[in-house]
Amino acid sequence: MNSIVVPAQRERNVLHTSLAFVRRHILAVYSLLFFAYLLLPIAVVVLFSFNHPAGKFNYTWQGFTWDNWIHWDGVPGIRSAIVLSLEIALIASLVATALGTLIALALVRYGFRGRAATNILIFLPLSTPEIVLGASLLTLFLNVTWLPLGFWTILIAHVMFCISFAVVTVKARLVGFDRHLEEAAMDLGANEWMTFQKVTLPLTAPAILAALLLCFAISIDDFVVTYFNSGASVTFPLFVWGAARIGTPPQVNVIGTAIFVVAVTLMLANVVLQRLRESKGAV
Amino acid sequence: MNFFHRHRGLTPYLLLGPGLLWLGVFFVVPLGYLAYQSLQSGNIDFGYAFTWSWGNYWNAIKDYHSQFVRSLEYAGIATALSLVVSYPVAYWIAFRGGRWKNLLLLFIVAPFFVTYLIRTLAWETILSDNGFVVNTLQSLHVLGQGDRLLATGTAVVAGITYNFLPFMALPLYVSLEQIDGALIEAAEDLYASKLHAFLRVTLPLSLPGIVAGTLLTFIPAAGDFINAQLLGSPENHMIGNVIQSKFLELTDYPAAAAMSFILMAAILVGVFAYARAVGTEQLTGTAV
Repeated sequence: MNSIVVPAQRERNVLHTSLAFVRRHILAVYSLLFFAYLLLPIAVVVLFSFNHPAGKFNYTWQGFTWDNWIHWDGVPGIRSAIVLSLEIALIASLVATALGTLIALALVRYGFRGRAATNILIFLPLSTPEIVLGASLLTLFLNVTWLPLGFWTILIAHVMFCISFAVVTVKARLVGFDRHLEEAAMDLGANEWMTFQKVTLPLTAPAILAALLLCFAISIDDFVVTYFNSGASVTFPLFVWGAARIGTPPQVNVIGTAIFVVAVTLMLANVVLQRLRESKGAV
Repeated sequence: MNFFHRHRGLTPYLLLGPGLLWLGVFFVVPLGYLAYQSLQSGNIDFGYAFTWSWGNYWNAIKDYHSQFVRSLEYAGIATALSLVVSYPVAYWIAFRGGRWKNLLLLFIVAPFFVTYLIRTLAWETILSDNGFVVNTLQSLHVLGQGDRLLATGTAVVAGITYNFLPFMALPLYVSLEQIDGALIEAAEDLYASKLHAFLRVTLPLSLPGIVAGTLLTFIPAAGDFINAQLLGSPENHMIGNVIQSKFLELTDYPAAAAMSFILMAAILVGVFAYARAVGTEQLTGTAV
């Protein structure tokens, strides 16, 4: 008799303890489900980059292939679109970060008339919907006929919406900056430019680098503003948009996956570096 | 002595100059042009003339009020959903994340590393008629045999929620992370229940994060047209879709400009009303 009761009881115990476990760790369990939800579309993107689509629609799984990766530029126009996106993102992030860093320095370091207005001017582009940014720039360019829509208008637009992000990123770091270090340098006879070069710049370098990466990421991902101001030029997101209307080729997933892998690698490297620096600081 | 020393008062303006000039010429001036365009009449073939035609605004509201309302509605639902969905996770990372915090945050921003359009297209695949989500829901009889998810308002709201979720989760995390755990302990020592301590201590202290997250999610969501285009049907079109097609397909610039302004005004009014209501003075402080 006992031998029958015991397994049932054990089963109930298992159920009971697992329920108790879930209840105790409800937040953790929920968070894991949340992460699964966040990562699901990414998994789909990666998975379908290896798909062997039967027709032009890459919606259902047909079979595994390396072809899309080997012939990543096998679709007309995709290579030039990627090149254009990279060019724009590189130049725009450099220019926007330079301009943004200078603004951040002025805002944190100096009291001047028009500070509040400057803060508002920085904040406004961040709180304006992209479609309004894109549309208003287009009305400007339509009136400036000597500058045709294309590379330069895209670049101008990207610098414009990246500046605020650069200011915010660098400012956050400068606020917690120990000014005594600079005063010490000046006391020791360095002039303002030398102090900036030898003390300020190295200490703000991580923030400037972060701003650069952020601007690069925002620029290379931008669709809406670019869509309004590109004319006949095609960046990678515009290419995807065009392709989506007639059936997205799996090469789009290949590039999407590649961008994802590069970005995650960079972020992971950053996490590891921080961890190393912290442990060094602790010793 | 160098230039900077002789003109100390000038230095901040020299630093600000180039960047503010850029923003002035390519952000403020275009808004002026947009306003100018919105009061013009005419068409692309015969040209536009400035005629103070306020009718563009009335026509926009008369003809497209349903798209305006839908934009605010979809954006509002998506913002509320992302707040409810991501608060527990932000809380968990902030208080239980320990040394894994940075790694867990990486999971939160992971969607941003996949191009916006590509991750929306991935949802198109996931929600497609033969996809496993629809099949599962049909076999559970949540959906009828002919029912679909794609080309519905649900799909659009789901897409918007997903796409802007990190904008909500990150500020929430930042504000929760700054809370001193001792305050919550103190509340519990003073015989507050866990729920009470949360409602009276943790939640109010995380308010700046809630405000920032709500704004960062709502503003782009209200102007979005990609989710409605890729995941919805014409019945789910938002005002962004109308502006986009008026500008780029129909070249009805004055109407499109007027609509852009109404959208911006609606958002600004909403933001200020919201800031008033929650009474935070950190509004620009947290974002700038």
